[in-house]
Amino acid sequence: MSGKRLVRMTVNGSPVEEAVEPRLLLSDFLRQVLGLTGTHVGCEHGVCGACTVRVDGSTARACLMFAVQAEGCRIVTVEGLGPAEALSPLQEAFREHHGLQCGFCTPGMLMTALDLIEKYPLASDAEIREGLSGNLCRCTGYEHIVAAVRAAAQRRREPSS
Amino acid sequence: MKPAAFDYLAVESVEAALEALARAGGEAKIVAGGQSLVPMLNFRLLQPALLVDINRIPGLDFIAVEPARIRVGALTRHHRQETAPELREHLPVLSAAMAEVAHLAIRNRGTLGGSLSHADPAAELPMMALLLDAEIATASPSGGRRIAARDFFLGPLATGLAEDELLIEVAFARPAAGSGWAFEEVARRSGDFALAAAAVTLRLQDGRIAEPHVALTGVDETPLRAGAAEALLDGEAPGAELFAAAAEAVRRRVQPNTDLHASADYRRHLAGVLVRRTLEKAAAQAAGGRA
Ligand SMILES: Cc1cc2nc3c(=O)[nH]c(=O)nc-3n(C[C@H](O)[C@H](O)[C@H](O)COP(=O)(O)OP(=O)(O)OC[C@H]3O[C@@H](n4cnc5c(N)ncnc54)[C@H](O)[C@@H]3O)c2cc1C
Ligand code: FES
Ligand code: FES
Repeated sequence: MSGKRLVRMTVNGSPVEEAVEPRLLLSDFLRQVLGLTGTHVGCEHGVCGACTVRVDGSTARACLMFAVQAEGCRIVTVEGLGPAEALSPLQEAFREHHGLQCGFCTPGMLMTALDLIEKYPLASDAEIREGLSGNLCRCTGYEHIVAAVRAAAQRRREPSS
Repeated sequence: MKPAAFDYLAVESVEAALEALARAGGEAKIVAGGQSLVPMLNFRLLQPALLVDINRIPGLDFIAVEPARIRVGALTRHHRQETAPELREHLPVLSAAMAEVAHLAIRNRGTLGGSLSHADPAAELPMMALLLDAEIATASPSGGRRIAARDFFLGPLATGLAEDELLIEVAFARPAAGSGWAFEEVARRSGDFALAAAAVTLRLQDGRIAEPHVALTGVDETPLRAGAAEALLDGEAPGAELFAAAAEAVRRRVQPNTDLHASADYRRHLAGVLVRRTLEKAAAQAAGGRA
């Protein structure tokens, strides 16, 4: 009845095909089956944001989806943003502005900020804070994360500055 | 925690969904956005034998603008309801409320049908369904029916839906041209469930209030329409005293809970304040002639 199912998707551009139990969360699939441990797991009920990934271009909580539901989807995890030698502009902004300490929340913050920057103007700090309110950080006090997102949003609006 | 084992079926038609639900005889759960169901599975508050995934049914993600109402499909995501230009234009009170629902990653997945079926007593969409006299259309083995929002919400997480019934679409009544509207919410943090929220639509006719609708969420067993306040407002000239009386009628009507986020007294206080504020805004807007 609840035996394994074949599921196919692309993860960070590479096709993936695995047999999984229906109850396997997408977050556990990424971490345990694919070994992509950049996606972190905190609460498993949608509250902390650590597990945030992209599904077909928009963010989703990987802990609130089953791997079987991602059949045919394009998944992007933090590993898909850019390797250490070639950081994406958003990652670069986090580095420049000290947007992380222990790094536990960082993958979720990056994935969330990327979606926010694409969908909202993020013209004010209030908008940035509101957008990040679904991602918990126990270290930074958020100030540096807001500064990093502000810089990245500005760079996107005015690419030459 | 991790969910208990279940079988999984992704259906591609309403008929296939109904058939799977009927076959499972009450042991199945529908999954739409999963943003309320999956946490309950992860906590093992629910242990269904089968998940029927309706996300791949075509034709349930739509917004159709008609002269008297706007029909929205059950699989329409919260983020689309927040940003769709046709809703911003014709039902701005709904778009405004959607911006307060959870966080972007959750709004990207959560659906209209899921929110109404889940019937959280502090959720925004059930309040909007009540405010806008929505009619909820379902499909079931016996053919389906249309349920008035007023008859739909029975208690916390309880609705009139049967176990083999699928919510298909929601028809929101369009407020008359020239109506004013307002929505106000207080939550602990942006994106959290409301401690209290109020929404109003009303019209002014010869300087008097017509068709006042006042809805609240977070302050009772279910979201509600404040009938006594509406009766007070109907046909009267807007003013501070009238709005204070309406707010007092709301404070008397609601039965909030005390929980770890707020006391019942504080929620009752908020209900009054938010009703007064939304009435002031909606009346000013109706007087200014903006829809
Ligand atoms: C961190 C967090 C914060 C949140 N904050 C808010 C908030 O502030 N305000 C708010 O309103 N909501 C909030 N939510 C809930 C969110 O809006 C959910 O998306 C919504 O309540 C349920 O929609 P869904 O599509 O995800 O439903 P699902 O989780 O898939 O399903 C919910 C229930 O409805 C049933 N169901 C789903 N679709 C149908 C259908 N078409 N017919 C019949 N039954 C159906 C399911 O079987 C299940 O019982 C929050 C969620 C999270 C995780
Ligand atoms: S682990 Fe998914 S939101 Fe916390
Ligand atoms: S950097 Fe440690 S949790 Fe955010």
